[in-house]
Amino acid sequence: MKCGGFRVSYRSDERIFDTPVPIVGLVLLLIVLAVLPRFAGTYWLDVLNRIGIAIIGAIGLNILVGYTGQISIGQAAFLAVGAYSTAIFEVNLGVPFYLAIPLGALTASGVGLIFGIPSLRLKGLYLAIATLSAHFITTYVIIHWESMTKGVIGLMVPPPTVFGLPLDSDARVFYLIYALVVPATLFAKNLFRTKVGRAFIAIRDRDVAASVMGVSLLRYKLLAFVISSFYAGLAGGLMAHHSRILFPDAFTLLVAIDYLAMIIIGGMGSILGSILGAVFMTLLPEVLKLTATSLTSVYPQGFGLIASARDIVFGLAVIFFLMYEPQGLARIWVRVRSFWQLWPYAY
Amino acid sequence: MNEHLVFMLQLVITGIAVGGVYSLMALGFVLIFKASSVVNFGPGELVLFGAYVAWATILNMKLPLYVALPLTLGVAILLGLVIERGVLRPLIGEPTISVIMVTFGFASVIRGFLNMTWGSDTRPFPVLFSQQPFHLGPVPVSPVHLWSFVGTLALLTAFTLFFRLSLTGMAMRATADNQQVALSLGVSVKWIFALSWCIATVVSTLGGIILGSVRGGVDFSLADLGLKVFPVVILGGLDSVAGAIIGGVLIGVLENLSGGYLDPILGGGVKEVAPFVALVMILMVRPYGFFGKREIERV
Repeated sequence: MKCGGFRVSYRSDERIFDTPVPIVGLVLLLIVLAVLPRFAGTYWLDVLNRIGIAIIGAIGLNILVGYTGQISIGQAAFLAVGAYSTAIFEVNLGVPFYLAIPLGALTASGVGLIFGIPSLRLKGLYLAIATLSAHFITTYVIIHWESMTKGVIGLMVPPPTVFGLPLDSDARVFYLIYALVVPATLFAKNLFRTKVGRAFIAIRDRDVAASVMGVSLLRYKLLAFVISSFYAGLAGGLMAHHSRILFPDAFTLLVAIDYLAMIIIGGMGSILGSILGAVFMTLLPEVLKLTATSLTSVYPQGFGLIASARDIVFGLAVIFFLMYEPQGLARIWVRVRSFWQLWPYAY
Repeated sequence: MNEHLVFMLQLVITGIAVGGVYSLMALGFVLIFKASSVVNFGPGELVLFGAYVAWATILNMKLPLYVALPLTLGVAILLGLVIERGVLRPLIGEPTISVIMVTFGFASVIRGFLNMTWGSDTRPFPVLFSQQPFHLGPVPVSPVHLWSFVGTLALLTAFTLFFRLSLTGMAMRATADNQQVALSLGVSVKWIFALSWCIATVVSTLGGIILGSVRGGVDFSLADLGLKVFPVVILGGLDSVAGAIIGGVLIGVLENLSGGYLDPILGGGVKEVAPFVALVMILMVRPYGFFGKREIERV
């Protein structure tokens, strides 16, 4: 029986899986995901697709905020840049989607590089305010650059075809999304076993100390912005294919706050936390909707209150987690797991 | 006087009037930051809350103004106490991101609460002043703008005097300057924190009432206006009361001028984004604003 983690070499310390059990679990999860579209209805497939998109976006934000400590309220802007540039590459330039999505993500990371420049001079809340204004400037450009983005009219994205099959149903988009979620997660998980990842963490813990140790702040802060916005751009490109029509309204400041809430509730500086947070934040309005629907017989006005109930529950959840579980759902998961690992002989 | 000059003066006067309200909101923001180093990312929701409560007491419950106004301010003080005691005091000493997120959190709760109680329709605001514009030289000025400017000016003067002369105001300045010294001199820092939140909610409420009567109605877009507080405080410096006041007026004038002159060229909406463009430029040149205290990091 396992009774605590004893790591005697760097190799074992860097290992992702301590025991074979989680590997089996992950393989099972992948199999379940592969067959899921056959059984899930359109509604739940739509929810699952949005969860997948949110996972990629949240991992990206966690790399920047949770691991590198650079507070950014600009995630919605990166998403928007990714979504719109993917759509424009496809619609206006006729680039096939398998190139358009990476190109869109690259465009987003280019914008991320520009967003990141203030981080060389500004820290903490000043950086937060700088990214906030970058968000407003980006949204302004998207709304008013009508020749490219169609502004508030909305930009249509026709479904691309893969091997003769149009990606027009939720089930088909599901495979596209999760085919990117898995490598994105693996990449992020492995990133923090490398020199680059450790440099990010050093910058978060104390940037002056990190630069004294020889970590180039210029290079790594900008790299964190680039990687993070690449993820966001990827998520945006998937959003374009998932919703097939883009409005600037889908990328408000509230979306950026939602993503920050995902990594707070899930767990800062944890890949698992990003996933759990994305699942939590996407399911929250759905659960409220279902509750309201089941209560309509008792309380008919309930349905109109969903939007406000969502705001209240969302705010309270953020406050609750910050006060009582600052390391988020990932920490709860670790606690539950170690309880059962040590049970019944917990020390 | 030629037409151009009148147009410009009109923009400047409207800008000063709106900027006065920004100054009020920025004053609340700066007070909180000075006293407790908390950055409030929900200033818009505080303004919204004030405007809605004022609407509810004046128009919905039809209370006379001399009852409604103190009642509204009382509710605002209560809100300030709840936020400070319930949400921010437990988070003293936590990292910046936690404090930022918790202010987003309670802002969201306030928005949801307002939406649930009163719905999201636009509410007509009581018409407190006559609509007839009068002429200041050749420039037409609407009385609402004039009165809001006079009101803001009076409030700002009152607060400046309060900080300069009263014992409590001095205690607040002492706390902002150095918490430990203030504690050793017998200032109750906890009370100062609570007080700074109360003042912030009160000035935001007053700002909400003024904005409501300037626009003739309240709806949820008021909350977006609250975010204009960031350009103001960055311009003036996060911890400078004088900077907040000057910055508010400057940003108000800037957004009106850029809106008036650039909207026809760029196709609308410049007013909303110009303050943020200014913000980025100021951050690049003078990260700590024009009146703020420079942070020096020593290793």
